[in-house]
Amino acid sequence: MLDNTVLSMRGICKSFPGVNALKNVDFTLRCGEVHALMGENGAGKSTLIKVLTGVYAKDAGQVYIKGDEKALTIKSPQEAQNLGISTVYQEITLCPNLSVAENMFIGRDKDTIVNWRRMNTRAREILDTLDIPATPAQQLANCSIAIQQMVAIARAVDMDCKALILDEPTSSLDENEVAKLFTLMRDLKTRGVGIIFVTHFLDQVYEVSDRITVLRGGELVGEFLARDLPRVELVSKMMGKELDDLESISGGKASIDAKLDQIPVLEAYGLTSNSGVKPFDFTIKRGEVNGFTGLLGSGRSECVRAIYGADRVTGGQVKMNGRNVKIDEPFAAMKHGVGYLPEDRKRDGIIAELSVRENIIIALQVMRGFFRPFTAAQAKAFADEYIKLLAIKTASVDTPIASLSGGNQQKAILARWLLTHPEYLILDEPTRGIDIGTKIEIQKLVLELASEGMSITFISSEIEEMLRVCSRLVVMRDLRVVGELSGEDLTQTNIMRTIAGNEARNGRYS
Amino acid sequence: MSRNGLRKREPPTDTAFLLTITICMFMAMYILAVIFLGDKGFSKPQTFFNLLNEYAALIVLSCGLSVVMISGGIDISVGGVTALICMTCVVYLEDAGGGFLGAVLISLGIGLAFGVVHGFLVAYLKIQPFIVTLAGMFFARGATALVNLDQVQAKNAAFTAVSRVRILIPGVGSFTKRGVFVPAYIEIGVIVALLIVILLFLMLKYTKFGRGLYAVGGNAQSALMLGINVSRTKFFAYVLTGLLAGVGGMLYFLHTGSGSVVQASGLEMDAIASSIIGGTLLSGGVGNIIGTLFGVLIRGTIYTIVTAIGAQGPWWTGITISALLCFFIVLQSVITSRKKR
Repeated sequence: MLDNTVLSMRGICKSFPGVNALKNVDFTLRCGEVHALMGENGAGKSTLIKVLTGVYAKDAGQVYIKGDEKALTIKSPQEAQNLGISTVYQEITLCPNLSVAENMFIGRDKDTIVNWRRMNTRAREILDTLDIPATPAQQLANCSIAIQQMVAIARAVDMDCKALILDEPTSSLDENEVAKLFTLMRDLKTRGVGIIFVTHFLDQVYEVSDRITVLRGGELVGEFLARDLPRVELVSKMMGKELDDLESISGGKASIDAKLDQIPVLEAYGLTSNSGVKPFDFTIKRGEVNGFTGLLGSGRSECVRAIYGADRVTGGQVKMNGRNVKIDEPFAAMKHGVGYLPEDRKRDGIIAELSVRENIIIALQVMRGFFRPFTAAQAKAFADEYIKLLAIKTASVDTPIASLSGGNQQKAILARWLLTHPEYLILDEPTRGIDIGTKIEIQKLVLELASEGMSITFISSEIEEMLRVCSRLVVMRDLRVVGELSGEDLTQTNIMRTIAGNEARNGRYS
Repeated sequence: MSRNGLRKREPPTDTAFLLTITICMFMAMYILAVIFLGDKGFSKPQTFFNLLNEYAALIVLSCGLSVVMISGGIDISVGGVTALICMTCVVYLEDAGGGFLGAVLISLGIGLAFGVVHGFLVAYLKIQPFIVTLAGMFFARGATALVNLDQVQAKNAAFTAVSRVRILIPGVGSFTKRGVFVPAYIEIGVIVALLIVILLFLMLKYTKFGRGLYAVGGNAQSALMLGINVSRTKFFAYVLTGLLAGVGGMLYFLHTGSGSVVQASGLEMDAIASSIIGGTLLSGGVGNIIGTLFGVLIRGTIYTIVTAIGAQGPWWTGITISALLCFFIVLQSVITSRKKR
């Protein structure tokens, strides 16, 4: 092992029932580097972190810590901390009612009696050396989120940590705060701390990282020096497409082209919500299928949630068929003929305890009003019609929806919205976690519905699927719309270039 | 930042902020009472010391409530436990012919037993503290009736001697109309109560356990991540509250000298109200024992003022207390919402 290695993980395997979360993954962290851990959803980033911090027990592989020849088994986060591996999570795990100094020292001192003066002096020293603008006696709740995060880091650093894991530390920070955090990270680097930086913001990765390890589908794609890896290549590695292959795939397979002279079904100008998405414009015409694309966390879902009124809309204007409308809650959207199939089927989609029939008719029932219930016969007729139409495999209409397979659950939710005959339907990851046969069925159905005049926004993590279905794609990066591709320009390469941003033009593939 | 130059004044901590309000409120209230109701006895120092004499037990019980509320819990059994202690002690002294020291040990034992059971159920079996201590309250009330149904007055010589001890405050007192100097006095319970206030203040501020209580009450999940043994801290919070209920029950008995089934009913609510008026946050993590002392004194002052004005019955006390509680609860919710920003 090299001298400057802080920790190394070799051949780590971890599987959960039915899933191989990590397959033979290697990871090395060196002194004084910021090492970004990148990957899309399900790539295994968090599993790897959890194995390292002792939350999960690994199935196979070795973990070596600096200064120890033997492979170690880390059983708990506490043990990891004692070995010098500290984690700072996205949600702050400090006590808001205590002072800054106490948060740095509580739970660590062995003494029964608290020596406030010594504690405050020590805290003052640490805050000064790390240049954190906080006073020891200040109550933590009075500090900004960024400062609170820095206090958490200061605590970790003072615990003599050799490896600091920052798990999505910047998601709740504004730009100034991010800058402060990065200054602190660079400072820690010069002190020889190895930092594992987990984030989905590409700009931030290139701003502070020295090295990037990419995971995909639980496997190691590779370890790269940040300066040698152009952005566009990083994106292609995360998505699992080689750029050379991409050139050969022709884009724009979408079969339906919107008529250009029409008034759009829905137009949004400068729309923004409390989810942090930057103001964006969006239009969709009758019979058009378009989509939002971008990496995980780039704001795809946030955009459609803002359109649907699922998040609190904080600005912008929405027009439907040329008329101004106010969509501030999902019910308002429904009344205007907008349907939304949410990304998280289990949490936001199905109502697990209710039957297939009840799940299907609920949206229509809500629009009709709860005091005018459908008769049992009507409800059954509706449900039967769509179960047949979408070929939903269920024992009966009264089966609880939770006992259906994922694909059939998704079809039932789709049926729920089709029953309301929406003018505009938003499908957020309708094909995630369902089998390939059903995927194709859903894709076909989307195109069919569009040819009948429905406008559909389709979101998927799989680019091929988007290309097959959509005739226009809005590209997002870091909660911002960064481009729109349609027609000839709609190719995988172009999508990746747009996701990666301007810097890619300076890269090798420009 | 301002580190190198003049440092910007930090906003006060939540605990300090609420404590300041409580103390100011007491001062204002008492000074106004002295000015406007001086002829009704408020100019006499003894009126103030009588507050302490009257409420020594409540001070101790409220301190116990503060401890458990700071840790994020609640204990509504202390009134019932007090009644049980009074009844057991009076029966022990009168019927069993026991001694004073034995009665003290019985009080502490009963309080401790309740605390241990509550603590175990809440901290290790993770049952809602409200439910656990509600059961404790019913049990204590039921057990009181089981011990004895009649009201009994303690006549034990040693007991009466202790309860009648008056500790004179040197140099403080008032003159009667004939010009005779009557020194002010406090009862022995006040010494015990004040000692407990001081000990608890030091414990909460300067011990690992005390700070752990604040951390657990502030955010139990975070406290766990910071390496605090959350279950143990909660357990001992209830044990301590139980023990304080024992002491408080004993002081209550010392002051009233009797035992009855309906005794001390609603006392736990008075203790909770005093603790909240004293600046303890019901959601946990914020509170101060000095504030609790003043919370009890505010409650006592209101009662004395209402009586002095001649308003009939305890209703006006209740209405005034409820208005104050509303004020403090609104204040607390402001603090809590600010924290969530």
